[in-house]
Order: sequence, then C-alpha cells, then structure tokens
Amino acid sequence: MNALSLKKGASKKSAYDLKNPLGDTIETHTLTVIVDNEAGVLARVIGLFSGRGYNIDSLTVAETDHEGHLSRVTIVTTGTPAVIEQIKAQLDRMVPIHSVHDLTVEGPSVERELAMLKVTGTGEKRVEAMRLADIFRANVVDTTLESFVFEITGTPEKIDAFIELVRPLGLTDLARTGVAALARGV
Amino acid sequence: MTRQMTGAQIVVQALKDQGVDTVFGYPGGAVLPIYDEIFLQNEIRHIIVRHEQAATHAAEGYARSTGKPGVVLVTSGPGATNAVTGMTDALMDSIPMIVLTGQVPTFMIGNDAFQEADTIGITRPCTKHNWLVKDTDILAETIHQAFHVATSGRPGPVLVDIPKDVQFATGSYTPLNKTKVSHYQPRVKGDIDAITKAVEMLEKAKRPIIYSGGGVINSGVGASQLLRELSDATGAPITSTLMGLGAYPASGKNWLGMLGMHGTYEANMAMHDCDYMLCVGARFDDRITGRTDAFSPNSFKIHIDIDPSSINKIIHVDVPIVGDIGHVLEDMLKIWKSRGRKTNAPAIAKWTAKIDDWRAVECLTYKPSDTVIKPQYALERLEALTKDHDRYITTEVGQHQMWAAQYLSFEGPHRWMTSGGLGTMGYGTPASMGVQIAHPDALVINVAGEASWLMNMQEMGTATQYNLKTKQFILNNERLGMVRQWQELLHGSRYSHSWSESLPDFVKLAEAFGAKGIRCADPADLDDAIMEMLNHDGPVIFDCLVEKHENCFPMIPSGAAHNEMIMGEDKTEDAITGAGGALV
Repeated sequence: MNALSLKKGASKKSAYDLKNPLGDTIETHTLTVIVDNEAGVLARVIGLFSGRGYNIDSLTVAETDHEGHLSRVTIVTTGTPAVIEQIKAQLDRMVPIHSVHDLTVEGPSVERELAMLKVTGTGEKRVEAMRLADIFRANVVDTTLESFVFEITGTPEKIDAFIELVRPLGLTDLARTGVAALARGV
Repeated sequence: MTRQMTGAQIVVQALKDQGVDTVFGYPGGAVLPIYDEIFLQNEIRHIIVRHEQAATHAAEGYARSTGKPGVVLVTSGPGATNAVTGMTDALMDSIPMIVLTGQVPTFMIGNDAFQEADTIGITRPCTKHNWLVKDTDILAETIHQAFHVATSGRPGPVLVDIPKDVQFATGSYTPLNKTKVSHYQPRVKGDIDAITKAVEMLEKAKRPIIYSGGGVINSGVGASQLLRELSDATGAPITSTLMGLGAYPASGKNWLGMLGMHGTYEANMAMHDCDYMLCVGARFDDRITGRTDAFSPNSFKIHIDIDPSSINKIIHVDVPIVGDIGHVLEDMLKIWKSRGRKTNAPAIAKWTAKIDDWRAVECLTYKPSDTVIKPQYALERLEALTKDHDRYITTEVGQHQMWAAQYLSFEGPHRWMTSGGLGTMGYGTPASMGVQIAHPDALVINVAGEASWLMNMQEMGTATQYNLKTKQFILNNERLGMVRQWQELLHGSRYSHSWSESLPDFVKLAEAFGAKGIRCADPADLDDAIMEMLNHDGPVIFDCLVEKHENCFPMIPSGAAHNEMIMGEDKTEDAITGAGGALV
C-alpha cells in the first residue's frame, strides 16, 4: 500500500515538502478551545500559532466559567487539512488546555461576530447609510448631526457585506470582535 | 493541620517528597533563601557547576541515564537565560527536567529590576509548561504539579519561577498526596482495534521493519524488553534513530544499525523497500526521512507515539496508535500470541537474505592508515577496549557524534546520551558529569570533537571538584568537521571559518584543572593510551589527534531518498545540489 501515492522521483522539491494525502486545498476552520484562565495562557496559544507558522484569521477569548476559571478561546484558522489536524493536536497537548473542538467538522454550529462602524457624512449619504442599516438590522448606538455608530451582529460574511456597502458612504472607523461560536443542539 | 514553612523551605521539602537526591545549580541573588535551606540539610546533594547551561545539560545526563527527572536550580535573569539552551535541548529530546529559577520580588516585577528577565515569557516556547508562583501557599502544589507534567506523557522540561519574596514568606505546605489531581493525564493505553490491525498486517508482512526511537527509552526498561521480544519473536529486522540506540541490543540478530542521514546502508535500504513499517516512539524527523515524498514509498505504516501531535506531522501513516510504548507493545504481543504467533516466515527469510546482501556492502568500511589515527579507528579501539565495562557514553555534536553512533555498540537503554533534536555543541561535557554523578562507579566517556568540547570546557572544574572520573575522549581534527564536510559537499570546498585556530594544549589544560591529560597521535600507541585513560581513577582529557579531512559516511545527502546514499568511496565535492542545498 502506498501511503503517499507518489511515484519515485515525482517531485524534485525540498525534503521538507509534505505531499499531503488529505488534499492541498486551503480550508477555514473554527476551533473552540477551553483553557484554564491563568496568566499567560493566551500568549501560549498565540505563541503556538506564531512559532509553528499557523494562521490566525480571528481570535476571541474571555472567561466563561468564573468558578472553574475557564476561558473559551474561539479561533478561526486556515490551512490544509493536514495542517488543521496538526493545529488541533498541538493545542490539545498543551497543559492548560482542557478541550479542543473543530466546529467546522463536528456537525452544525452557529457563528456570530459583532462589529461597530462609524459613518460620517450629511445629506443623502447619511440617509442611505441609515437605510442600509435597516436592511442589515444594524442598530444605531450613537449619533451626532454628522455621524452614526452602527452596531451589527451576524456571521463574518454578513458583516463583510455591510462594511463594503457602507464604505463609500463615509465609513471612518471600524471595530470587530472576532468570531464567537457554539455547536448547535444538545 | 497543614505545616507552615517559608517558601524556601517548601522548595526543599517538595524536592525531598519527590525523591530528588541531586540538584544541579548555581546560586545568585534571587535564589539565596533556597540556597540557605540547601545549606541547612544533607538529604539533597547540590552540584555546583561553572555555568548555568552546564547545569541543565548535567541534569539531562542524569535524567537520560537514570530515567528520573533532572533538577536544576538557578538564579533570575542571566541564570535563567543561560538555562534556555538546555531546556530547549530537553524539549527536543523529550527529557524530563525541572528547572527552578529565582525571580526578583513580586513588587519589582516589570520594573527592569537588577537581574530581572521575563523568564516565563522567554521560556514559554522551550518548556512543556512553566509557572510563575506569586503566592507561597500554592508553591508546594505547583512544584508537585511541575514534576507530574515533566514526567507524564511525552516527558519534557518544565520551569517554576519563584520570586524572592515568595521564598521568604511563610505559607502552608501541601504534601504530594494532598495535591489536587491534574487534568493533564495523557492517554497511555493504545486503541485495541488499531493494535489488532497492526498485528494483522504484521502477520502478512513480507518485508517488515521496526523503526524505533527515543520513545522506547523514555517508556522505561520494560518497553525495551518488549521491543526485543517483538523483534526476536516475529523475525522483523529492526533499526533505530540516534535517540533510540540501545533499546534493541546491537548484538541482537535482527539489528540493522542506526538509520537516517548517517545511518547504515542496510537500515536505509530496508526502510526504503519494506512493505510494513512499525514506527515505535520515533517522530519521522528530517534526519531520518530524507526526501519525504520518496520515503518508504510502498510500505504500510504504523506509528506508535504517546504524543498525538507527532502523528501525521511529517509522514502520513496508515494506522496511528496513541499510547505509551510499553503498554502498546504489551498489548500488541498479547494479541499476536493469542492469534497463534503467525508470521509470513518464508517471505521474511527472503527479506532477511536481501538485507544480508546489503549488509555485505559493509558501508562502514574506511581506509585504514598506519601513520595517522583515523577517527573511525579510534572509536573501534575505544569500543573494543571498553565494551565489557559498565559503560555510559555521551557525545558532543558533529562528525564524532555520528561516528560514535556508528562504531560504538549499545546493549541496553540509558547508556547513550546525545543531543539529538537540537544538536547542541557543548552538551557532552556537562552531560557526562551528570551521568557520572548518577553512576559514580561506572565508566563514563564523553566522545567529543575539539570544537564542541571547548564550548563548555569550564566544567572540568566541576569534574575535579567532585572527582568525577569522566573521560573526555576528544577526536581532535582541528576542524569543525561536520561544517567542513558540508562545505566540501555544498560550497565548493570553501572552508569558511570551519577550522580551530589557537587551540589550547589539552594536556596542559587538563593539568591546569587538576585532571590528567593524555595525547595520542600515532595509531600504534592508541591502545596503550586508551588503557592509560581507563586505568586513571579520575577525570581525564584525552587529546586524540586524528585525520583532519575525514568525512562521515555513508550519507544521505539532504534532499535525497534513502536509496540514494553516498558511500565512502564516492565523489563528494558538490554532492548536494539543487533544492537539497537549502536544507540543513
């Protein structure tokens, strides 16, 4: 059985090149990691990603169990299937990490992100921004005669879409929380 | 009622409760309270080294030769930063080690205080885990937890950073049996279905091979026994990584020698052509695989490892088994026996005959000389004259290390202590001292090159202070031999800074340290000189002047496959070409 399904001499590339039997397509995965909320735990998680050259697209963290001092870290990362498997294994063996779940492959899940957008302008542009906010169910959380701050919650794709539509109307400031996610069902 | 003690007393008590008999260290301002407690007791022996890096390597030598964790005690700032290399070395080679560092008082942390460094930040990526203890009440528990983490699962170094005010303050001592159970409990039993699959494939295998590594040594002496039983009972030939030498005896009938970049021809050819590969506690390191896309292209691969992140990291395997080697091999043998001890004996006989053809190439042959000592000859003689001793070998890093792996033979685990993953020059001298402290009556030899040896030569002071009778066997070619070899193979023989200028007179140097110095330059004198070294009851520096331009063969050039080895007689200039040149 040929694990690599490769003819000898099929590649002249570096010895470190991993011909990935699981496929070479780049995938995006959402990982949810329960960690001890101790000093430096986030630095450990981030250090793992930077030290081993993995990507972080988004990362959110907060204590979710005050009595057990546990935090939930939600990481959106990209890589080939083999790299994603490595990331999970590397996370799972860290001492303060209690569990690692890959929401992308472990059944349906819900993902939400919150963003705040400051749009400045007057006249027609201001009205159009308000109309778009209505369509996207964004809330106005601050206003002056020349600006709005919108709050929008949704999938990262929905937020991307809203940002792109509002950008020409005077988007001057933007803050995003990164993704929080949970598996569906019980 | 819990016992109240100072933090410094808690440290010493926790070490005693953990069964620690030896601590390697170096004092400084931020650990003085602990040193005071060490002064006031006699149960734990403290070995004062000459440099904190050496404390970590000595602890590694102690750990690698006993299977027990090594313990290091150093001060804050430079004490901690000097310990970084040894911790990284221990992390790469999975060696259990507990490093205790002093820290500036908690109220001064972050103020750029004298001898302050962010020890936790600096050592986060080079330890398995580390802790800054800000409260004396949790100090004992943290130290017990540190021992648990260092020795459970895949072993590794851990660090506990203890600010000076925490050492002075009084707190309650939590004994080992009152320490709360850690959630960190790596799985030791392998999946039975996977093990059964591995046995099924083994029964049918025509060309099986066992590829074992340091994980077998780490799993304990029992694991080595089981490995021997498995190989001997099934007739599967066995090779090992640098880290795994000794798990299967070199005199065993199925032994192929080491594999990989400087492994034997028979081991690498067998790896390439096998149809069944059982990887036992090894990690498909780049020194082993060569070109990964041409690595053992037609084999069914099984990987036993206690660390899930080692699985499918470099080579995709067909059956991963996560668990402790000892447990998994025990189950594997049990299942194989219960299924009727089946093997494909006729096919294995043909396979063994094929391997014998490869053996007949005699890949370790070298051109002998009457006038100059060949390094291989020096090691052959060392082997012949010491193999019946209770012998432990450490090495530095470079050509001599590979020659030692090729020409010395190991009959049991924990006898061969070398810096494999990190390749730390300067490792061997202090490591040999750690080994000698653990085994005071044994023969401990550090096979060294002169360049590596100079990197921690100050430790000769430690050797004479404690009368550690280690033998520093220096193969002196006045070159950074492996660097020079690569420059020949890859850089048109332009030997940029790869020679040793202004070397000390090693015999006088030995005498200056209060040790014995021996020099040998003539092959005819070598046996007598080695005997003189062995007969001296004290530390010896043996300056063995060897051939200066000898290359280490056989060799898989970087970027090549297992069946593309270059042998001693091949043309070597610019032998590494193309993409291989970018590799290390």
